[in-house]
Amino acid sequence: MKTKAKFAVGVAIILVTLSCLAYVGAQQSKTYYHTISEIPTLNGAALHQRLRVGGDVKNGSIQHYSGRVDFVLVEQGNALPVSYVGTDPLPDTFKDGAQCLVEGKVQPDGRFVAETIQAKCASKYEAAPAGQTQPGNAPGDSYQNGKS
Amino acid sequence: MDLFGSYALLLAFAFALYAIFGGIAAIITRHPLLIKSARNAGFAVCGLIWIGTASLWYLFFTDNYSLAYVAAHSNRSLSPYYKFSALWSGQEGSLLFWSFLLSIYVFSALFTYRGKHPELMPYVGVVLAGVQIFFLTMNNFIASPFGVFVGPGAGGILHLATRADGSGLNPLLQYPEMAIHPPTLYSGYTGFTIPFAFALAALLGRYPGEKWIHLTRRWTMIAWAFQSAGILLGAHWAYAVLGWGGYWGWDPVENASLMPWLTGTAFLHSVIMQEKRGMMRVWNVWLVFLTFMLCILGTSLTRSGAVNSVHAFAESNIGHWFWGFLLLIILVCLAAYFKNRDYLRSDNQLDSMLSRESSFLFNNLILLVACVAVLAGTLFPVLSEAVRGSKISVGPPFFNRVNIPIAMFLLFLTGVGPLLAWRKTSVESLKKNFGFPLIGGIVAAVIAVALGLREFYVTLCLLLSAFVTLTILSEFYRGARVISARAGSNIFSSAAQLTMRNTRRYGGYVVHFGMVLVFIGISGQAFNQDKQMDMSAGSEMNLGPYNLHLQNYDSTSEPNYSAERATIDVEKGGRSVMMLYPTRRFYPSNQESGTMVAIASTLREDLYVVYAGTNPDTNLPVIHAYLNPLVKWIWLGGAVVVLGTILALLPNRQAVMVLSSATAGASAPVPGGAQPAQASYSARSQLPDGHD
Repeated sequence: MKTKAKFAVGVAIILVTLSCLAYVGAQQSKTYYHTISEIPTLNGAALHQRLRVGGDVKNGSIQHYSGRVDFVLVEQGNALPVSYVGTDPLPDTFKDGAQCLVEGKVQPDGRFVAETIQAKCASKYEAAPAGQTQPGNAPGDSYQNGKS
Repeated sequence: MDLFGSYALLLAFAFALYAIFGGIAAIITRHPLLIKSARNAGFAVCGLIWIGTASLWYLFFTDNYSLAYVAAHSNRSLSPYYKFSALWSGQEGSLLFWSFLLSIYVFSALFTYRGKHPELMPYVGVVLAGVQIFFLTMNNFIASPFGVFVGPGAGGILHLATRADGSGLNPLLQYPEMAIHPPTLYSGYTGFTIPFAFALAALLGRYPGEKWIHLTRRWTMIAWAFQSAGILLGAHWAYAVLGWGGYWGWDPVENASLMPWLTGTAFLHSVIMQEKRGMMRVWNVWLVFLTFMLCILGTSLTRSGAVNSVHAFAESNIGHWFWGFLLLIILVCLAAYFKNRDYLRSDNQLDSMLSRESSFLFNNLILLVACVAVLAGTLFPVLSEAVRGSKISVGPPFFNRVNIPIAMFLLFLTGVGPLLAWRKTSVESLKKNFGFPLIGGIVAAVIAVALGLREFYVTLCLLLSAFVTLTILSEFYRGARVISARAGSNIFSSAAQLTMRNTRRYGGYVVHFGMVLVFIGISGQAFNQDKQMDMSAGSEMNLGPYNLHLQNYDSTSEPNYSAERATIDVEKGGRSVMMLYPTRRFYPSNQESGTMVAIASTLREDLYVVYAGTNPDTNLPVIHAYLNPLVKWIWLGGAVVVLGTILALLPNRQAVMVLSSATAGASAPVPGGAQPAQASYSARSQLPDGHD
């Protein structure tokens, strides 16, 4: 066989193998974005997929237990009880009123069991005083940690 | 001072316009004075950016809270150390800092090659000025850090307003690494501008030969080393300081830094093909274009809010500008390529599958596939929304499934590649070169399996790590033995001599070894354990070989924060080995909390203890303990990678041809080997550089 053909076969094997692995990995971890208000409308397979939901942490709802943290997410008047059971420690930005994204699954009882959590400070600085001239420096536009 | 800084940046913008248009005119007219003035304009741009940046630093240090940016990121009680690093803690300042670092590279490149390469440098100057114009546009007109507070005064006229104190720096940023990690990573991102500019310039100017590759080799290595160190410092910061539990989460911001690293690594390898064999010219040009584009893409991804990230979830209008710039770069690169692509024809063809060439090709292919996979995974929500209308993201399982086999294949190539001959390798030489390391690797894997290791990838990683390490050692040994036989010096000083004679090759091996250490460290993740429990004073928790004994917990109140702290006595094998103090801080001023992780790190494993919170039912502290094996190897490996790159950057020492010194060395053996070494250096002929 000519060198070029051999090389092409090698490349093809690598690409096919990795594509299969990528497909399996994507199937395993794909997460659908939904709002809290959409969750009651989901049914069948859609309800059993991994979901990603965002909202604000309800004030006073955070409760630490060993092995899990319970809290309530609120978005436009809809509430969702959440249990965080992931292994990573909670981010420091997770607190009352923080904007929060959770990934996990809805249990039959309607509780959302989250494995990962991301949180952002609702707004770090008070509302900007009138006349502040700073394009692109909206209040709350705080950079989480300078990593970019 | 704020006016001073903003005028300096405006002037820099004006000079950059001159550098680009004067430079184009210089290329067309070839007038020597015009060439010189365009270059001097390039110097002026850099100097003015330095003045602008220095004045922002000055405003931070003098607590000038009439400036919105200073007021938002500093306050009077902030220590000078963090006032220094507060410069890049927000959007506007970090963009100025980007310009600042870029200007250091630009100045160094223009200065190093001033008066040299008259066919190439005017083009380089134009490309560099083009990139600087984009960032100066951001600094001056889109995200100026010199915006001031104004308030309505008497008669409705706006007046400058100032504040008594600033809002302070985000506590998450008040760590020593804040002063190290962003500058390091930015130095990587900006550093790739130099090889990009030379590649584009060579293509635009049809600059003959592989000279641009020789010229940019060291620049690429510097950028690559900064990028590598920046990524690992970021991982360390997330792990040890921010207390995110892990060092890598396949987060979009992390991915953004990894992608140019992957293509940059591919570029560092494939340029060797072009230097030695005149192959891969098109590929190399596109690889370096791609690397630069990925640096810009990463920045636009993270600053536009196109994808959600734990790092920067803030959306701003700034992303559009980066997307526009990216599009412009792509168009310019495509245009230059289609106009001058005949200039990039290859001299040679691939001769055999068992050759150095094919190992480089596979190395490049696999690094590029990794980059595509990371990019696809990062952009999955955007892509799925465009294609199917619903936003879907993929998580770590996707990235791990693709990238772990790729990492293993790369590790394999790391061992095999350097020992394959150019053009074609015979089966005999394969047996001779690889027999011993391969047996060593298999023995290591068999022992590990016999001891109970059952993870497939970890076993494979161990086998390949042992294999690569042994091939690297045998390479050093074979070279050193020749020198030692000729010169009579001992094997270690001979190895050092060998390295100094061909720093690029042997420094490269050191980098490879560093990567082996990193891979070993990452493989430890397969055995992570964690345990969480409410602990009262006197209670115990068992984790692996450790016994955590909670002695007491308390809360303290400091001037600017209150803290809850646990005192934990760590026992191992029945003996108390250390005390750990996991702490949770709360800053009332900005209502933020901070986790202070307590880590006991050894080469074997990290014991990582977090004060997770207080259980409302029992009112007891919840302690979350993790046992993370081998993590320290990652940081060690990173240090070795950087050292290896520094070694590879050193100029080759002039050394004697091994053959000519043979008689002298053999006839006058001197104990200690110092004198023969000197004798061999006294001859001025140099080892041929062509054997890497």
